Amino acid sequence: MTMLHLVNKSPFDGSSLNTATSIMKPDDALLLIEDGVYGAIKNNTSAAKLEGKNVSVLGPDLAARGLSEDKLVDGVKIVDYAGFVDMVESNDKVQSWL
Amino acid sequence: MKFTIQVNEGPYQHQASDSAYHFTKAALEKGHKIYRVFFYHDGVNNGTRLTTPPQDDRNIVNRWSELGKEYDLDMVLCVAAAQRRGIVDDGEAQRNGKDATNIAPGFRISGLGQLIEGGVQSDRLIVFGD
Amino acid sequence: MPEESKKFMYINRKAPYGTIYAWESLEVVLIGAAFEQDVSLAFMDDGVYQLTKGQDTTGIGMKNFSPTYSALGDYEVTKIYVDKESLEERGLSLDDLQHLVWEDEDEDWAEKDSIRLVSRTEMADILAGQDILFNF
Repeated sequence: MTMLHLVNKSPFDGSSLNTATSIMKPDDALLLIEDGVYGAIKNNTSAAKLEGKNVSVLGPDLAARGLSEDKLVDGVKIVDYAGFVDMVESNDKVQSWL
Repeated sequence: MKFTIQVNEGPYQHQASDSAYHFTKAALEKGHKIYRVFFYHDGVNNGTRLTTPPQDDRNIVNRWSELGKEYDLDMVLCVAAAQRRGIVDDGEAQRNGKDATNIAPGFRISGLGQLIEGGVQSDRLIVFGD
Repeated sequence: MPEESKKFMYINRKAPYGTIYAWESLEVVLIGAAFEQDVSLAFMDDGVYQLTKGQDTTGIGMKNFSPTYSALGDYEVTKIYVDKESLEERGLSLDDLQHLVWEDEDEDWAEKDSIRLVSRTEMADILAGQDILFNF
C-alpha cells in the first residue's frame, strides 16, 4: 500500500514539504506541483529533505517558472500531466499537503 | 480507474483550479472515468457564468463547462459553500428569494454528501487547493 | 454496514478563523458521519490550533465553532489523532486542548478519550492505513 504525496507550496512557505517528507514511507512517491516545484532546486536549503526519496516534479509547472532539469536535485524525475495521472493510478491513495 | 476530483479554490486567484482541470483532462484522455468533480470552499466560484476574463487569458469557467459537456462530467458545487458565496441556480433562487441566478452550464448545486459519496464510489480522491 | 466501508481520514492542518477551511472541513465531517464509514480525524501542523480550549469569538463577530468538536463523539467520530510534534513545536500540550470524549456503548457507555496523542512515526503509520484522505 503506497501513497502519492502532493506538495504545491514552496519549501519557504509553510510546513507542507517538511511534514510530507516526515510522513513519507520508503515506497511512497512525492510529486511537487505548482509552487512546490521550487523545492526541487539544487542547493536550496531544504533540498536535503528530498534525499533518498522518490521525487518527481510536474514539468509544465517547472517550465512556467523558468526552471529546467539541470537546476534540479539529482535523481528528481520530471512528469507531465499524463505522468501525474499514472502516479495517481500506481499508488493506492493520494495525500495533498495543502 | 474511477477518480473523484475536489477543487478547493476559485479561478484565477490560485492555480488549484487550473491544475485540477489539466489533471482531469489528462485522466479522461487516458481513458479513466471521472466519477465527480466536487467544488468546495471558494472553489464554488468556478461555477459562475458571470466571469469575464480578458480576451488574451484562459476562460476557466467556460473551460470546465466545455470539458463537462464533452465527457458528460458530474460537476457539483457544494450548496453550503455556494450559498455563502452567492452562487445561485433556479432552485436556490426560489428557495432563498434571490432575484437572479449565475450558475454556469454543466454545473449543479448539491450537498456535501456528494463529496463523501465520491470518496466511497471512486478508486482515488485527488484534492486541489491552497 | 454498507457493502463498501472505507477508512476515511480528514486531515486538518490549518488554524481556525484566519481562513474558513477549518470550519468548512468540520461541516464535511458532520455530514460524512451519516455515511457509516470508518472515520478518523488527524490534526497536524497549524491544525492543532483548532482544538484549543477557551476560544471566544465575540470580539471578531465570527461564529465560534469550537464547541462542535465536543459533539463529534455523538456522531460516532471517536478517533482523533493529534500530532505530538506539531503541538510541542507550538508551545502547546494536551492540557491546552479541549477534553474530547465519546461513550462506548459496548462497555455500558463508559466515557473514553477521543484524542490520541501520537508521534510523527505513528501518524505516518495511521495515514498509511487509510483508504481515502480528505484535505481542505
